Amino acid sequence: MYRIVDKIRLASNVVKMTFEAPLVARAIKPGQFIIIMVHEKGERIPLTVVEAEPDKGYITVVFQEVGKTTRLLGRKEIGDSIFAIMGPNGRPFPIEYYGDVVLVAGGVGVAEVVPIARGLKDANNSITTIIGARTKELLFFTDVLGSISNKLYITTDDGSLGIKGLVTVPLAEILNSKHIDMVMAVGPTIMMKAVSDLTKGYNVKTYVSLNPIMVDGTGMCGGCRVTVGGETKFVCVDGPEFDGHKVNFDELMMRQRFYIQEEKYSCKLLEEDNASKT
Amino acid sequence: MPVRPRVPMRERDVNERVTNFEEVALGYSEEEALIEARRCLQCTKPTCIEGCPVGIDIPAFIALIKEKKYSEANRKIKEKNSLPAITGRVCPQEDQCEAKCVLAKIGEPIAIGRLERFVADHSLYEPQDLTKKPPTDKRIAVVGSGPAGLTISAELAKLGHSVSLFEALHLPGGVLAYGIPDFRLPKHILRREVEYVSQLGVEFIPNVVIGKTILIDELLRDFHAIFLGSGAGAPILLNIPGENLLGVYSANEFLARINLMRAHHFPEYDTPVKIGKSVAVIGGGNVAMDSARVARRLGSEVTILYRRSKEELPARLEEIKRAEEEGIRFIFLSAPVEFYGKDGWVDSIECQEMELGEPDASGRRSPIPKKGAFFSLKVGSVIVAIGNRPNPIISQATPELKVGRHGEIVVDLETGKTSKVGVFAGGDIVSGSATVIEAMGAAKRSAMAIDRYLYEKLW
Repeated sequence: MYRIVDKIRLASNVVKMTFEAPLVARAIKPGQFIIIMVHEKGERIPLTVVEAEPDKGYITVVFQEVGKTTRLLGRKEIGDSIFAIMGPNGRPFPIEYYGDVVLVAGGVGVAEVVPIARGLKDANNSITTIIGARTKELLFFTDVLGSISNKLYITTDDGSLGIKGLVTVPLAEILNSKHIDMVMAVGPTIMMKAVSDLTKGYNVKTYVSLNPIMVDGTGMCGGCRVTVGGETKFVCVDGPEFDGHKVNFDELMMRQRFYIQEEKYSCKLLEEDNASKT
Repeated sequence: MPVRPRVPMRERDVNERVTNFEEVALGYSEEEALIEARRCLQCTKPTCIEGCPVGIDIPAFIALIKEKKYSEANRKIKEKNSLPAITGRVCPQEDQCEAKCVLAKIGEPIAIGRLERFVADHSLYEPQDLTKKPPTDKRIAVVGSGPAGLTISAELAKLGHSVSLFEALHLPGGVLAYGIPDFRLPKHILRREVEYVSQLGVEFIPNVVIGKTILIDELLRDFHAIFLGSGAGAPILLNIPGENLLGVYSANEFLARINLMRAHHFPEYDTPVKIGKSVAVIGGGNVAMDSARVARRLGSEVTILYRRSKEELPARLEEIKRAEEEGIRFIFLSAPVEFYGKDGWVDSIECQEMELGEPDASGRRSPIPKKGAFFSLKVGSVIVAIGNRPNPIISQATPELKVGRHGEIVVDLETGKTSKVGVFAGGDIVSGSATVIEAMGAAKRSAMAIDRYLYEKLW
């Protein structure tokens, strides 16, 4: 069992949670993820680790309550435990000196990009960060990313904060104004696709961090397979970061929707159960 | 004098069994076991033992059955085999001990596997013999809790060593947990055998991926020796167009969703599984049979596509027969060349007809495409069950470990010694996909070699 030692609600349905998982805390590197199970009959889902404190044995994740598992997790409180945490999984992000780097993040990707941003800063890269959300209430970690980045852009769909529009608006401006050595995008698949489509025209090396459905997370089931450069890759062991210009995003988005009906049904039962208890 | 035929084993009725995941083979009653045991000639120079990868004293345990000393018979088996309730169910005895039985020359061999299962089941919930040698100060890390890992953990614990058994998943058992369905190996049997290993003092540590959570060199700082039994858990895919369409599963994913994650009990369990009304399973081994029979139990019409003919099917005869009884259709001499989909879901397979040519490296006649002979098969789902390779996580993280062409760890087969001092390996990670009992045999040999190494320190 893995104890929850901290929990903060970052937005209406976004939670930051810290677990006691000493073996993971000492081994995890930027870009890697864990597989969690909330309870014994639960699903195994991947979550990117956003912070590790090896001396305390803590790891922190940020998740959005969308499916049953993340909703159950969001209901857990400090002092509660969850059934399983396995990791680190996947390959670490290739932290090295690239030069002028742009990080683009949306959704919980805003949190997930933090360890990569820190690593790249420590490797002396110049970092520009663009974060996007639907509206300003859904934004978080702006201070953290602001302090790591040389320049931070904020975009909201409704214009409630920063630039009105998608993350690709400031990204296009930057790409037009100067030479960029590498772009890294983390967030909703559709956002990573848009970023990759844009950077392709400028021939800028672009990494994306993929988030398909997984079961075991160790390369055993292949449920997370994705086509990269015409070849089938397993995101859990070959990724999660890939060259965004080679990823077949349409296939990935299709595969992410495989169990959408079952997910809705599970959530409906959960809400009904919840309603009957209150 | 003609040999009396073996006592048949009762099976669950076929109409019932396709509706649930209850065990199909029901085991011998005491009376049936006694009749079967009396057929054993108690050869003075028994040949059956040679056919057993772990060297069970078969005539001795059968003699104890004849005397109705079932608990003693169980102890006799456990001298050599820590998991008899499992091997009694999943061993291909027809290719091993039973193939060597002298009666096989003149009639039906003794049903050794069924007798083993009878004895193991009879004593399953009795207190087990937990006799161990006096504790040593040696610590051993075992990686992977499948057949090899469980076996070597028990053997080393009996020798007095302290054993930590690391597992990547949340439950013990490896392929016994995620791969073999309940109707062949009920989960309570696995749990009980694992409990026995724990009672011997083995510490089970789940959710640890060696090579990721802890590196081999880190383990070597805390343990005197390491045994790698992480199995062949990486699925081989067809690599043909359309394989990533929705509804196309690797057998590993399909079976793990059911066996490990209990998706057939969704929504009580959170993991779902979704397959079409008609399912095609690609492959002809035990995993293909298991996949087909699981899909059948989820209510689908199932067709197995195999590229050779019936004679070459690598699955156990018993499992092929049961699959046929359960209404699984076989299309032989056919191989998929492309999957076609509609709105992202697979809906047909383009198949190539094959014919048999010369025997290949495996000794079986190799399938050769028949020129211009194609047909289309309508499907709602596909399960690809064409084999597995060793999982590369450990070897990738440990470059000093010498690996073969398919990622198998290279060892000295007598001892399981790898190219890295202090690290042994055995089971499917060495041999590629093979049988449970072969993995257990390798683990036993390695246990002896590790014990020697701990004191002699020779590599």
